[in-house]
Amino acid sequence: MKPTKHIIGATALALALGAAFGSAQADDKVKVGLMLPSTGTYAALGAAITNGFKQFVAENGGKLGGREVEYYAVDDESDPAKATENANKLVKRDKVDVLVGTVHSGVALAMAKVARDNKTLMIVPNAGADELTGPLCAPTLFRSSFTNWQPAYAMGKVAAEKGHKKVVTLTWKYAAGQQSTDGFKEAFEQAGGKVVKEMTLPFPNVEFQPFLTEIAALKPDAVYVFFAGAGAAKFVRDYQAAGLKASIPLYGAGFLTDGTLEAMGDAGKGLLTTLHYADGLDNKKDAAFRLNYAKTYKMQPDVYAVQGYDAAQLYQAGLAAAGGDPSKQEAVIKGMEAAKIDSPRGAFTLSKAHNPVQDVYLRQAEGTQNKVVSTAIKGLADPARGCKM
Amino acid sequence: MDFATFLIQTLNALQYGLLLFLVASGLTLVFGIMGIINLAHGSFYMIGAYLAFVLTSATGSLVLAIVLGIPLALLFGAFLEWLLFSHLYKRDHLEQVLLTYGLILVFEELRSLLVGNDVHGVNIPAFLDASIRLTEVMTYPVYRLAVSAVCVVLAVALYFVIQRTRLGMMIRAGNDDRTMVEALGININMIYRVVFALGVALAALAGMLAAPMSSVFPNMGSQVLIISFVIVVIGGIGSVWGALVAALIVGFADTFGKVLLPEISGMIVYLVMAVVLLWRPEGILKKG
Repeated sequence: MKPTKHIIGATALALALGAAFGSAQADDKVKVGLMLPSTGTYAALGAAITNGFKQFVAENGGKLGGREVEYYAVDDESDPAKATENANKLVKRDKVDVLVGTVHSGVALAMAKVARDNKTLMIVPNAGADELTGPLCAPTLFRSSFTNWQPAYAMGKVAAEKGHKKVVTLTWKYAAGQQSTDGFKEAFEQAGGKVVKEMTLPFPNVEFQPFLTEIAALKPDAVYVFFAGAGAAKFVRDYQAAGLKASIPLYGAGFLTDGTLEAMGDAGKGLLTTLHYADGLDNKKDAAFRLNYAKTYKMQPDVYAVQGYDAAQLYQAGLAAAGGDPSKQEAVIKGMEAAKIDSPRGAFTLSKAHNPVQDVYLRQAEGTQNKVVSTAIKGLADPARGCKM
Repeated sequence: MDFATFLIQTLNALQYGLLLFLVASGLTLVFGIMGIINLAHGSFYMIGAYLAFVLTSATGSLVLAIVLGIPLALLFGAFLEWLLFSHLYKRDHLEQVLLTYGLILVFEELRSLLVGNDVHGVNIPAFLDASIRLTEVMTYPVYRLAVSAVCVVLAVALYFVIQRTRLGMMIRAGNDDRTMVEALGININMIYRVVFALGVALAALAGMLAAPMSSVFPNMGSQVLIISFVIVVIGGIGSVWGALVAALIVGFADTFGKVLLPEISGMIVYLVMAVVLLWRPEGILKKG
């Protein structure tokens, strides 16, 4: 008899304690898992997203949904091979309420699977893979950034409006590049233009000379490219050195000139690109955001910081609709779906597939800035092909 | 492809091949002649590029940066050889791989601490900042041609030093039989130090010359490392001429592969390597 009593007593105590701890946790803090790169090529992007996220939380009195925020951070190293394990650390071990990440699309795709399997809410603050809000869309999966299709589609429209008929595209042979050139082609050919040749080279090869020779032989009206980082800087320099910049206009998705203009020097001058953010936007939210960011972090914000900031805003909107309780996931999701986010890039809402319906700007490189020229397309929604939701 | 385009592509291939030779030449010396598997070779290339960036910013001239950079690289190479590599000659390849892989991580971290992670550009010296018109739309940058010329001069100089001088003879002898050379009263340690310093300086010079064309960015060394090993293996380990021939083959395969066979351009270089090794397992020109 005695031992049984003990066991019942102990169990009751454990249950009581567990309940007490459980409710204390629920009342206390909202757990945010940041899975971003803090080492490697994308380290600076990961830092900007984290900064942006934390800036919104600070502006919001250090809270989200009226609760203190507890951060759990994992360096994803932009390594898809480690993505599942890293996501599991946050989702299963730390049991975060929301998973925020990441920059690299391959890593984000693996994260999305872990988050979906565990029914954890996830917000993507950069990775542009069309699939995330396409075939892989899920009620718990949101994005505060863009799809690869969006800026590319806008540039296709701009190129057609400029009267170009024959265009050659060039990119690395990987998903982001392919999705970008496909988006460009779709808009450009809808408007009556023709993509006469689609060229690719293996990632991350940067020996462009054979392609420049090919372009010179084909003499198209314009060239559209998708490159980013060091490869973008090299391509633009080579394009100018080959004498092509003077005779064949070069267009790209905004990543061509984001953070690379200093390295391009003169060759980058005047380049036209499209993106959902730009320097010199005429809106009060952006002015306040930039001032505050520069004060806090002693540097200028970029599109990545904006996307991090908006990820926090988006989650705040969801929590507010759920009375601040992250465990009421359905209410949180409804709140996020209905939110109108007052972003530094300009206000946006979410599409049915949870991707921003946003303005895409045409920008021109000037010094180290991408100055807004015009709004290429207002309220552009990704077609979310393959999303059944 | 019309004839003019074909000629320009041939020029592209030659020019790319010569640049590859420049990067691989240092590796041929260190790997081929000293027998050290130096995975950090790409890091020396990266260090050269960053030296060019830092020194060009400080002095305002790439030429001056190279003039200052080469002695720095030589000293750095000699120092590393004294500190680390001199302990490795009698050990097996695994330990060399471990050490040099560790060095890659150390150099990248130092680079990140000292210069940061941004992409930087380096300006072409004013007297080379011109272009030659080839067709009505296409021009060719003089700087690229100048770099090719430097590569040719270096290839000839290297061949001369190794095949025709007393130092070269001692280097070759040291590779064949280290103990015998020591027994003959030659200071083999000093010779190895010179060769290693030379290898580091060649890699750094390649980085400095490439910096204005490729920009300067994190992990740039890892991109050239693999292709350098491919060239050394195709050419025949230890052969400077072999490395030159192999670099040109790779340059042609890569350039025309991209244009004519874009679907497999990513692996065409490795296909060439496989075919060459089936045909000549020791490489095109065996050590000599």
